[in-house]
Amino acid sequence: MSPRPGIVLEVDRSTPATLFWHGEGFGLETLPVGSRVIYAPEPLAALKDPDAAIRHALEHPLGDSAPLSSLLRPGMRLTIAFDDVSLPLPPMRSPDVRQRVIEAVLDMAAAAGVDDVILIAALALHRRMTDDELRHALGSRIFDAFAPHGLLQQHDAEDPANLVHLGQTDEGEDVELNRRAAESDLLIYVNINLVAMDGGHKSVATGLASYKSLRHHHNVRTMRASRSFMDMHRSQLHTSNWRMGKLIADAGVKVFQIETTLNNDTFPAEVRFLQRREWEWSLRDRASFYAASRALARTPPEVARRIFHSVQAPHEMTSVQAGEVGAVHDRTLQQVHRQQLVEVKGQTDILTMGLPYICPYNVNSIMNPILVACLGLGYFFNLYRNKPLVREGGVVIMSHPTPWAFNPVHHPSYIDFFEQVLAETTDMLEVESKYEAAFATDPWYIHLYRTSYAYHGVHPFYMWYWCAHALEHVGKVIVVGGDRAAVRRLGFAPASTLADALEMASDVVGRDPTITHMHAPPLMLADVQ
Amino acid sequence: MTSSPSLRSVLKRPTRPGGAEPLPLTHSLGVDYDTDWARRYPVRLARAMLLDDVTRPVMRAGCRPTIYGLEHLEPLAGPMILAGNHASHLDTALLLSSLPARIRHHVVVGAAADYFFDRHWKAALWAFALGAVPMERVKVNRRSADLAAALIEEGWSFVIFPEGGRSPDGWGQEFKGGAAYLAKRCSVPVVPVHLRGTRAILAKGSRRLRPGPTEVRFGDPLRPEAREDARRFASRIERAVAVLADEAETDWWSARLRAATGETAPYRGPDVSPWRRAWNLPSSADPTARSSEEAALRDRRSWP
Repeated sequence: MSPRPGIVLEVDRSTPATLFWHGEGFGLETLPVGSRVIYAPEPLAALKDPDAAIRHALEHPLGDSAPLSSLLRPGMRLTIAFDDVSLPLPPMRSPDVRQRVIEAVLDMAAAAGVDDVILIAALALHRRMTDDELRHALGSRIFDAFAPHGLLQQHDAEDPANLVHLGQTDEGEDVELNRRAAESDLLIYVNINLVAMDGGHKSVATGLASYKSLRHHHNVRTMRASRSFMDMHRSQLHTSNWRMGKLIADAGVKVFQIETTLNNDTFPAEVRFLQRREWEWSLRDRASFYAASRALARTPPEVARRIFHSVQAPHEMTSVQAGEVGAVHDRTLQQVHRQQLVEVKGQTDILTMGLPYICPYNVNSIMNPILVACLGLGYFFNLYRNKPLVREGGVVIMSHPTPWAFNPVHHPSYIDFFEQVLAETTDMLEVESKYEAAFATDPWYIHLYRTSYAYHGVHPFYMWYWCAHALEHVGKVIVVGGDRAAVRRLGFAPASTLADALEMASDVVGRDPTITHMHAPPLMLADVQ
Repeated sequence: MTSSPSLRSVLKRPTRPGGAEPLPLTHSLGVDYDTDWARRYPVRLARAMLLDDVTRPVMRAGCRPTIYGLEHLEPLAGPMILAGNHASHLDTALLLSSLPARIRHHVVVGAAADYFFDRHWKAALWAFALGAVPMERVKVNRRSADLAAALIEEGWSFVIFPEGGRSPDGWGQEFKGGAAYLAKRCSVPVVPVHLRGTRAILAKGSRRLRPGPTEVRFGDPLRPEAREDARRFASRIERAVAVLADEAETDWWSARLRAATGETAPYRGPDVSPWRRAWNLPSSADPTARSSEEAALRDRRSWP
């Protein structure tokens, strides 16, 4: 049976209760009759022979790029950059796509006699990856061959000696990149394009850049003008990165882009009910749901978190393309859309979403309140093309426990941002103008970013800006089942139950609102007509 | 947030919203149902025990069969196709019960894929109890044909009712070409079989069993001739069953004489209106004829 496309289900009296994620847990909620539920398309079929597809892509590049083998020669400096731990979500089962692709590239480099090869995790301002995470992403063969010799590096956006300023774009944006990457004879970037936002010129211009460069597109103004940043043609975030990409190319940096897409097979077979439509749940699915719900209700949150973060997705590769950045990214977007696009007719008054335990910035970590806001209003809200799912002035209802809890190793600056900055103001522009510079240049945060496993000092600001478009667009944000104090600190309204939240929303959208629920994950991209 | 789910929610199948398309059947049912498991030794042993210790005694008690023509089966060493008339659900069990042990323990039954294999429990039940394999009866299906041929070549005898379904009115129906095709393809003999009296016990559509006597007749094995196509061979099988039916209603010699002169009573009944067909039905096939007196009376009836 070929995978079925996504659907927009109208809830009727026969519709069984709908699954809502709730952090490290989930529950069934009965939506009012007439509500809509958006279901993602079913997972696309995987490539039958991914390794052969990778070799084919490398030797048959898109755009004006030559085949990879002809770009490799003895004596050259080759740098292979790759996406960090924030992709894919949840982390995929071994072998990771990065391992497959980089092994194929290294095979060709070895055959061509290339000695000077460096691998760089393109962290931007994310935390460094642990050895275990690197080993999982790259596989033991690569890790053991490169890491002991210092040839497996992680981008350091705060190391002046290893950054190079390539110039300014027409708009006056600084482009400062990883020196090794910029000065290599060939820079190969290996992407995992989980959502439409990933990849393209954003890979190098963001992943290997410094704060000086990133601040030009990671700011309130750009975020508000990115509608959405899942639609590159209407996203200032992408426009800025594309300008930078052009400058990088003009500066003589030769980039060979490799992009891969995955299907949205997100959860293992034991919990397959998480990605099945509720009316199709078999006895096994219902029993799994019952057992999991009962067990989770008695599991301490820390243990539940460990269990959930040990989940590895059975994602499989659906396409791989290589060559010139623009041509590659066009093909990639088609593949992402094929997997995720769902046509939705008209906007809604109330958008509901159940937020899961994971977002790109808390892999093996705690989803703190700022990340809850970012996942709901930054990511889920922006999973649209054309128009937002929720109308202007509408209400977003998110379900998440939103604990007042932080991982002090991964998110030290988040703690201070939450305790100090958001306690003062939640206003985007004020936060940006008054506090950003101090956090971004704080030597202690920089030290932790460079030597420990901490996100950069400015990162919580970016997470907050990520919500800028949504917060400007919607009239009210309600969090169901969240820590009340934490939810209020974010400037949102807490509610005990979905029914209460809908009742509260009626103050904004009236007594007879339209309601739409995003049944994600698996991820989708709503094409709102 | 939400309350804990109840155990009842596990057992109760969720209802489908009106706006959702039904899920296409992903399980292999119908003609795609895999019956390999039912021919493994432990299952065969269980089926042999069921057949010998349950089915045969029940059939003997309920159908009181008299079996004729077993001598025709004795010379046949290899697999064979047993092609019979079909008027009742009891036919298969009665036929299997009437076969010598060496054949009945090494036989599969072609059963309508759309009827016997449309649910998992039904498919499993019939595959186990009768050694049924799914056959497409509406159209020619390569998978059905290949499966049947493969089983015959493995040495399994094959029971098939070439009419494709139970008789709706007690008269015979046209024999489809499946049995003839398989016999030609695998070069095995076809044994014509006639079952008399099963319709009176359990007719199509009837919900009540009315135990009574039955007769099972095995005819001379037929082999396809060199230039005979499957359709003609199927007609020959049908004629052979018609002769056995004639023999059942009269006697062996009279039936032979009529067969020799081409005067065997038409197997499919007279080409008249439905009620006249019912009127002309032999008493053995008439579930409404309950006593021997009534049956005798019925037999005297005729219509100008």
